[in-house]
Amino acid sequence: MKQKKTKIFLGLWGFIVLLSLVPSLLQAEESSVPLDKANIDITDLPSLQRGARIFMNYCSGCHSLKFVRYSSLGEGIGIVDASGVLLEEAIKKNLMFVGDKITDTIQRSMTNEEGAKWFEVNPPDLSLVARSRGSDWLYTYLRSFYLDPKRPWGVNNTVFPDVAMPDALYYFRLQFQHEKEGQAKYDQAVLDLVNFLTYVGEPVQLVRKRIGIWVLLFLGVFFVFAYLLKREYWKDVH
Amino acid sequence: MEIRLVGQRVLGWVDDRFPLSKLWNEHLARYYAPKNFNFWYYFGSLALFVLASQIITGIWLTMNYTPTAEGAFESVEYIMRDVPWGWLLRYLHSTGASFFFIVVYLHMFRGVLYGSYKKPRELVWLIGMVIFLCLMAEAFLGYLLPWGNMSFWGAQVITSLFGAIPYIGDSLVEWIRGDYNVSGVTLNRFFSLHVIAVPLLFVGLVAAHIIALHEVGSNNPEGVEIKKTLNAEGVPLDGVPFHPYYTVKDLMGLAGFLIIFCGVVFFLPEMGGYFLEAPNFEPADPLKTPAHIAPVWYMTPYYAILRAIPDKLLGVVAMGASIGVWFLLPWLDRSPVKSIRYRGFLYKSILFIFVCTFITLGYLGSHPPTPILVLVARVCTAIYFLFFLLMPIYTVLDRVKAVPERVSH
Repeated sequence: MKQKKTKIFLGLWGFIVLLSLVPSLLQAEESSVPLDKANIDITDLPSLQRGARIFMNYCSGCHSLKFVRYSSLGEGIGIVDASGVLLEEAIKKNLMFVGDKITDTIQRSMTNEEGAKWFEVNPPDLSLVARSRGSDWLYTYLRSFYLDPKRPWGVNNTVFPDVAMPDALYYFRLQFQHEKEGQAKYDQAVLDLVNFLTYVGEPVQLVRKRIGIWVLLFLGVFFVFAYLLKREYWKDVH
Repeated sequence: MEIRLVGQRVLGWVDDRFPLSKLWNEHLARYYAPKNFNFWYYFGSLALFVLASQIITGIWLTMNYTPTAEGAFESVEYIMRDVPWGWLLRYLHSTGASFFFIVVYLHMFRGVLYGSYKKPRELVWLIGMVIFLCLMAEAFLGYLLPWGNMSFWGAQVITSLFGAIPYIGDSLVEWIRGDYNVSGVTLNRFFSLHVIAVPLLFVGLVAAHIIALHEVGSNNPEGVEIKKTLNAEGVPLDGVPFHPYYTVKDLMGLAGFLIIFCGVVFFLPEMGGYFLEAPNFEPADPLKTPAHIAPVWYMTPYYAILRAIPDKLLGVVAMGASIGVWFLLPWLDRSPVKSIRYRGFLYKSILFIFVCTFITLGYLGSHPPTPILVLVARVCTAIYFLFFLLMPIYTVLDRVKAVPERVSH
């Protein structure tokens, strides 16, 4: 009897081991381009502001952020004075190239039809791109363009083969070419941009974490009192 | 003292016209529950809490949501960014959907562990199973509403399954969608069903579930009927009044649950892509199929079974059967004992294998099918059904232990 039990027991463990192989089977099948890790820190306001500047200068001609308002963006990335009041003029001068009201959403001047005609694919809105693609993907993608005369824009991308987008940061990158540690500086600039897009994907993320800590602290205290109440009521039940 | 007298008179006035005190006593103050409930017994009241939370957050989401193909995706982002506390309502609701399944799966597994579906609680189990179907329908309908790309393609794939039915299939799919493809028309009707039809049915069934339970009384981890040993007043010796004993205990359970739940809501609302899937942050696009279409995690075991069967119609039948077979559980289990504590090694081993199989199927259903994984899914599907088909045999062969007369300590 005992031996039989041991056999069944070993059988069960064998079964578990077999099942635990399933994930490794998957990894073997799902091969893709390895992504570089983007060290995202959306509490870094100067980085977000630099990212906003790059976005407005190099991306916003084709890509809108139609769910984001200039005013709430300004507050979120810290374009405020010492007392926390929004610096409207600074935003209008540095970030607003289209639209007229500070409460407007960030649109582009190109229509969808024009976008589709000029680029094969209409350049998508980027409000949520960091959530649909992921920060690491964006960080790697933006740094993975290479020259390819077969493509309409003369460039291709290792992360997104045959992408319709031209290498929009090409001229931006040239600035760094002759600088000392130019590659590292360029990587940091792209990281700023990705950081900015990560913030834009979910502007509330810092707020929710800040509130979340208080919520969990309250619930922790509440749990202790609920436990004491339960113990008081149950002490006579045996 | 005066206020108390007024209170008593008001209660008396109401009681003469509506059975308020009677209901309170029957379901709370004099509903005697076994005193030995353990960890597994928190999930019933937690499911009730999540239901209430889903309804309340749902009402407020509806106030700002636009159920049209043109406006749905945008209105969800409007809720996330411009509506004060809208993000919290949305995350509570989206996280609540996944937690509803976590809580209900654990609640059902409790029933399996302690044989709570067995006589005399067959109807409690059957009503519960209908509630589970409602929950799956509600989750599926609600998943289309954000009108993300996975919403669209998920609905497209699942509605197309009805097309496998011979003769009427194609017209049935068209009737369900209200269009040749999933479109704004489909979104409209799914919204209607999600916010009115299914919740209404849901609440009614939950009431029936509780009434049926309170008629027969709760089972417990020992699988002993506490109603068999009563004191002189007809009160079970091993029972305690639900209120205040289990109301305070469940309050503690709720606090513990909320710590985990709020941890996810505030710190991991996407849960690594399992609660909110990445492709759903792109708007629905009928011309752009996501790299691989997978349902949300709670549906994946059945989806894996669907894909494991090479024939479409048989696959749909197998998927339906994989859920439907749970309805037969009270009659498939021929064991003389209820609780796992008094079952033999055979049953315990088989249940263990089943749990592993179920989790593996869930894992397989959320990943693209490759030949080797389809093979694993087929083996798992076979084990899944054998668990039920062979149950009348192995529950009889199982060497059970003697069940005590009372809830022992």
